[in-house]
Amino acid sequence: MKVLVAVKRVVDYNVKVRVKSDNSGVDIANVKMSMNPFDEIAVEEAVRLKEKGVVTEVIAVSCGVAQCQETLRTAMAIGADRGILVETAEELQPLAVAKLLKALVDKEQPGLVILGKQAIDDDCNQTGQMLAALGDMPQATFASKVEVAGDKASVTREVDGGLETISISMPAVITTDLRLNEPRYVTLPNIMKAKKKQLDVFKPEDLGVDVAPRIKTLKVMEPAKRSAGIKVPDVATLVDKLKNVAKVI
Amino acid sequence: MTSLVIAEHDNASIKGATLNTVTAAAAIGADVHVLVAGHNAGAAAAAAAQIAGVSKVIHADGASLEVGLAENVAAQVLAIASNYTHILFPATANGKNVAPRVAAKLDVGQISDITKVDSPDTFERPIYAGNAIATVQSSDAVKVITVRTTGFDAAASTGGSATVETAAAATDSGKSSFVGREVTKSDRPELTAAKIIVSGGRALGSSEKFDEVMIPLADKLGAAIGASRAAVDAGYAANDLQVGQTGKIVAPQLYVACGISGAIQHLAGMKDSKVIVAINKDPEAPIFSVADFGLEADLFVAVPELVAAL
Repeated sequence: MKVLVAVKRVVDYNVKVRVKSDNSGVDIANVKMSMNPFDEIAVEEAVRLKEKGVVTEVIAVSCGVAQCQETLRTAMAIGADRGILVETAEELQPLAVAKLLKALVDKEQPGLVILGKQAIDDDCNQTGQMLAALGDMPQATFASKVEVAGDKASVTREVDGGLETISISMPAVITTDLRLNEPRYVTLPNIMKAKKKQLDVFKPEDLGVDVAPRIKTLKVMEPAKRSAGIKVPDVATLVDKLKNVAKVI
Repeated sequence: MTSLVIAEHDNASIKGATLNTVTAAAAIGADVHVLVAGHNAGAAAAAAAQIAGVSKVIHADGASLEVGLAENVAAQVLAIASNYTHILFPATANGKNVAPRVAAKLDVGQISDITKVDSPDTFERPIYAGNAIATVQSSDAVKVITVRTTGFDAAASTGGSATVETAAAATDSGKSSFVGREVTKSDRPELTAAKIIVSGGRALGSSEKFDEVMIPLADKLGAAIGASRAAVDAGYAANDLQVGQTGKIVAPQLYVACGISGAIQHLAGMKDSKVIVAINKDPEAPIFSVADFGLEADLFVAVPELVAAL
């Protein structure tokens, strides 16, 4: 069984982004870019399934600019067998990415597609579910545990108020939550090995997908600032402030 | 122009998140209908009909809808979607699970996590963990939206008198099935609906200490308990208690952060709280930059003292 894993190149999670002064977006020139953390978990899970012998091949896919090749190399250093880049300089929204992935699913026929639950840049949380819908596949989002047996996967999901376990027939889509696994550190030998792995490049046109954005960003603003309040010297003062100034208790 | 709100419910009652979503739908300016898709959910449908501002409730009832499997709920929404210009889900685990399936089948983009309605096609939503607010405009015929519930007040749960219409339940997709659920049992208020939240961080050091220190404070204040991602990752607290960008987004009247340093991703989940108290022994902790009242102290001393003083 093949597994397809989608990886997105995003601003590194340690970078605090700044809004551009013309309010056209956030400034991502010269900031560190990395693989979306949830996608790293997705790659790790796919590689673990391969190590367990459940999966034969792990294919990493990224959609976006040429530099996404670096993100794919990272995925291959974690253990993905090969990479596919759908290269375009256009702004890609989740629906477009889901359509590109759907075209690759048709081509590669994977048993599972694993994606991060959301990207930490646009915070959309859409692509996996959209791909599942487009491919008429069942979905298990926000996964914290995955077990594959036969043609079914049992997935524990993080939901409001606790955990839920569902069983899905493959082919299926899984999106990862934070506690599914802890991605391994990539080693230098594996980084070197990843450089030699196969990486194919397509254009959206090659896959017959129209990626035109549906949603236009009119402006991007700084959020309203919350200013620091005061420091209180002791618990008694704190209680007094809460009771008599803030009146919240 | 008519909006459809997909109700969050447990078949017996309507969850609070539905009420905030109704307010967002009303802000669009259209008629508001509510879909209650469930099993033996008559009581929930009746409760939905009482929500102020709702003109019609569509009640679809069947075993396929009992546990809210995404495939079946999405099919249910799609069966009636052609009647609507806007389809709104609360941005809960359920809403986020189903909404993109509906959008993709309709071939429209989705607008996630809106915090404000500017016009029927223009919305505001946080990006980069709330470090920027984007104003976005959709050119699609149908707007599929998830609503960040802290961005909108709750609609009154009584006072409405909507008609209740029944709809045939969607057939089961046959591709997914429910196995089980581990619900965290608690007498405390639900995290996203609580007026007061006391939250613990990595400084608690262990799950025993977490409970020992945080529970008495929560009991005293009648508060819900939250946790930072660090505390959850370390196993001190259950994962559904996580407050932050990738956990729960909360905005209570009072948020008490104990031993939480205040990473960006945590602040993204709680900075809209009305009053924030931070108890931390590190004077440089970023949490103090958003706290209304900061107490620089060892939480193992200060929190029990606070419990005693309340």
